[in-house]
This record gives sequence, C-alpha cells and structure tokens, in this order.
Amino acid sequence: MTIGLEYAWSMKMKIGLSARLVLPLVLLGGLSGCGSIEPWVKPYERDRLADPIMLFDADPVSSAYIQHVYEAREGARGGEGSAGGGCGCN
Amino acid sequence: MKLRRIAIAPIFLMFAQSAMAGVLPEDRADLLYHRYEGGGVKIDGPSLLIRKKVGNSVSFVGNYYVDMVSSASIDVVTTASPYTEERTQWSLGMDYLRGNTTISANYISSNESDFDATTYSISISQDMFGDLTTLSLSYALGDDVVGRSDDPTFVRDNTRQHYGIGLTQIFTRNLITSIKVETITDEGYLNNPYRSVRYLDPVSAIGYSYEPELYPSTRTTTAVGLRARYYLPYRAAVQGEYRFFTDTWGVDANTAAISYIHPWRDWTFEVKYRWHNQDGAHFYRDIFARSEATNFRGRDKELSALTSNSLRLKVSYSFLKDGWNFVDKGTVNFSIDMLSVDYDEFSDLTTGAVLGSEPLYTLDANVIQFFVSFWY
Repeated sequence: MTIGLEYAWSMKMKIGLSARLVLPLVLLGGLSGCGSIEPWVKPYERDRLADPIMLFDADPVSSAYIQHVYEAREGARGGEGSAGGGCGCN
Repeated sequence: MKLRRIAIAPIFLMFAQSAMAGVLPEDRADLLYHRYEGGGVKIDGPSLLIRKKVGNSVSFVGNYYVDMVSSASIDVVTTASPYTEERTQWSLGMDYLRGNTTISANYISSNESDFDATTYSISISQDMFGDLTTLSLSYALGDDVVGRSDDPTFVRDNTRQHYGIGLTQIFTRNLITSIKVETITDEGYLNNPYRSVRYLDPVSAIGYSYEPELYPSTRTTTAVGLRARYYLPYRAAVQGEYRFFTDTWGVDANTAAISYIHPWRDWTFEVKYRWHNQDGAHFYRDIFARSEATNFRGRDKELSALTSNSLRLKVSYSFLKDGWNFVDKGTVNFSIDMLSVDYDEFSDLTTGAVLGSEPLYTLDANVIQFFVSFWY
C-alpha cells in the first residue's frame, strides 16, 4: 500500500515536471497558429515604432550594467528587463 | 579580509533583447568604460561587446568585462581592511532565427579570487499577430563556487535557476508595452563569508560584538515588471516602468521609473528618475539581542528596509551617419546616474557614536558610463 502510494506520488511528480516543461512550448506553438487576427497597426503605420527612440533597450551593454548596479545595491532582482547572471555582489 | 563588492553579470539583458523574434539583432560593437564611485567603493573597468551575423539565420555575440575594485565600504572599514580586487567575465551567445521564432543560447563565466560563477541560459521567442505581439520564455542555470581569500580550504556551492516569461505588445502606432515575470531560485551557500552581524554584548567595551552571518540555504524571488513607451506628438518619447518584487526572505519591494527621451539633430538626450522602496529580510537586524539570537542572521545593508532614488542624465551623439568603410553608423554616449540610498535599519558605525545613538547610514554614489558604439 505504502509502496503503491509512493509510486503514484513519484509518477505525479514526473508528470507534473513534464507538464511544466512541455506546456509552455505547447502554448508557444498554439499561439503561433493564431495568424487569423488582422494586425490593427498596419505596416505603413509603424514608422514611429521603428524610430530608435522607441527601443526599450537601445544600448544593451549600458542597460545591463546599470541594472546590475541596482541589483547589487538593493535587495530586489529581476523584472526590470534583465535577468542577472552569476553575482557575488554583496 | 575583504567583502563582496558590486559585480556585474548583465548578460541576460543583452541576450534578452536578441530574443525579439522575427529579426536578428543588428551587427554591432560597443566599447564601454564604466565607473561606480560612492560609499568608499570605486569600481571601474571596460566592457566590450561584439555581435555578428553569420548568414541570414544565425547571430553570434561575445562580451568581455572587467571590474577593478577598490573597496573601503562601511562594511569593510568596520569589520575588515580596505582591499583591491579584479573580476573578469566573458560570455558567448548565439541566436538562431527561423521564421518568426528566435532561439537563443548563452554561456557566461565570471572569475575572481574568491568567487566563480557559471551560467547557462536558453530562451525562445515568437512573433505573432502580424508582429504586434512577441512572447518569450527563458530558462537559465547558474553554478556558483564561493571561497575565501584567507582560507583555500573554504569551498561552498550555490545553484541558481532563472525562469522568465515575457510579452511585448504594440497597442497603437505610438505605444509599445511589455510585461515580464521572472522567478529565480537559489540553493546553497547564499551569504557573504566575510560579513558579520553584531549583537548586544555587555562585556564588550563598545556594548556589542560580532559573529558570522548565517543565511537560509534557499531563496525564491518573483518579480513582475511592466514598461510602456509612448511616442509624443513631436519627435520624442516618454517611458513609464513599474516592478513589483517579493521573495521568501520577506523582502517586498516596489520600483517605479519615468524617462524622457528627446532627440535633437544628431544628439539624443535622456533623463530618467527611478524610485525603489523595499522591506527588510525577516532575518535582518541592525543589532541582535544576543549571540545566535535567531536561527538565521544577517546585516547586509542591501537586505535592510531602504529607499533609493536615482537620477540619470544621458547624452548621445550620432556620427558616421553616411557610413565609413565597413561601418554603417556610430554613436558616442555619456551617462551619469546619481544614486542615493537611505537605509531604515542600518546604522553608520563610523561616526564613533555610542551604542543606541548611531545615525542611520546613507549611501550616495555616482555611476558613470562612457561608450562608443558602431554598427556594420
């Protein structure tokens, strides 16, 4: 009985782990098939969006550096556009 | 003895930008000089990035970065001795584009005398709805080795895992927005081997003594960030940002920023104000009631309740707009970030004040960046 429950739990964990890995990929694939929605901003209306001043991160090296200064001086991390790498920064 | 210092591992940002599906990032080279100075700490050095497409589907990027550290921070001067150190980091990445899907893989290695960090990451992004929407997923695994410069036998491990999901959405011809959710888990040796906490000690002449920090062996953090950039009726842009942060250590934080970008002829000017407020970690104390008063103990001021304000001024100049040889265009850039941090529960022990009357510490620092960029 105990062995059966442990086996079931083990299988549930494996299935759960598989779902966590597979589900996002399925989501990506499914959404990519939504090509029937007409883009409401036409290509000829995207001139302003193509302007370099509309880039979230025009200078990645600079943005990433200052972001890491903040992560080193504060207790929060992530969510501001950069995902930090290895850091012995405290 | 020496303590940790500001280090830098900003690679994910550079590579996250590369994962915008549909178009590979432009070929470019950036040479940056960075300098942080404040609170008794000076860290400066170069950062070189080179990106190049190979064919139509693959782009490679490499970065070489150095921190040259000279530290006499408040932690160092109260419990140790000023020191100098050098940290070197290099990274390699690749982006593969197929249709509207971009897959990115990256490797980062950071080395210093008492800390090595290795990070492997992969991300995938997908354009959809006529390229108005971009969904991206990312995962990274980090393996850190913590040492002590005064004890070669001291070796501890720390494993990091980063999970990220992001969505960029164009709403109108003038408005682009993004949301990013990022969860990071740490497991292993998470505190600084040199840092100490203080506790009330009646037998001490100054009223307190020190003992080593002791952190939990796990930490899970979650951040949700929102950004929106709007093109004004004249050629200029304004951006608003907000980030909510929470973790298993009790650090809840809110961060907000607003930026204004104004081009004028060959120049571009930017002003940014950023505000950040956080609660302290549940195991953080400026002073503990006694030795080993709690299971976990920390006095890293970055884990104190605090508020930080920063103001950035940036100017860029475009040159070679008509190209030169193999170079299509270039920019030269200068920025200064003036950072001020007010700690709600971290005392300044350098004033010589008696126990109980020490003033709270305030950190003022300037962060300077000077860099040249080329596109080819």
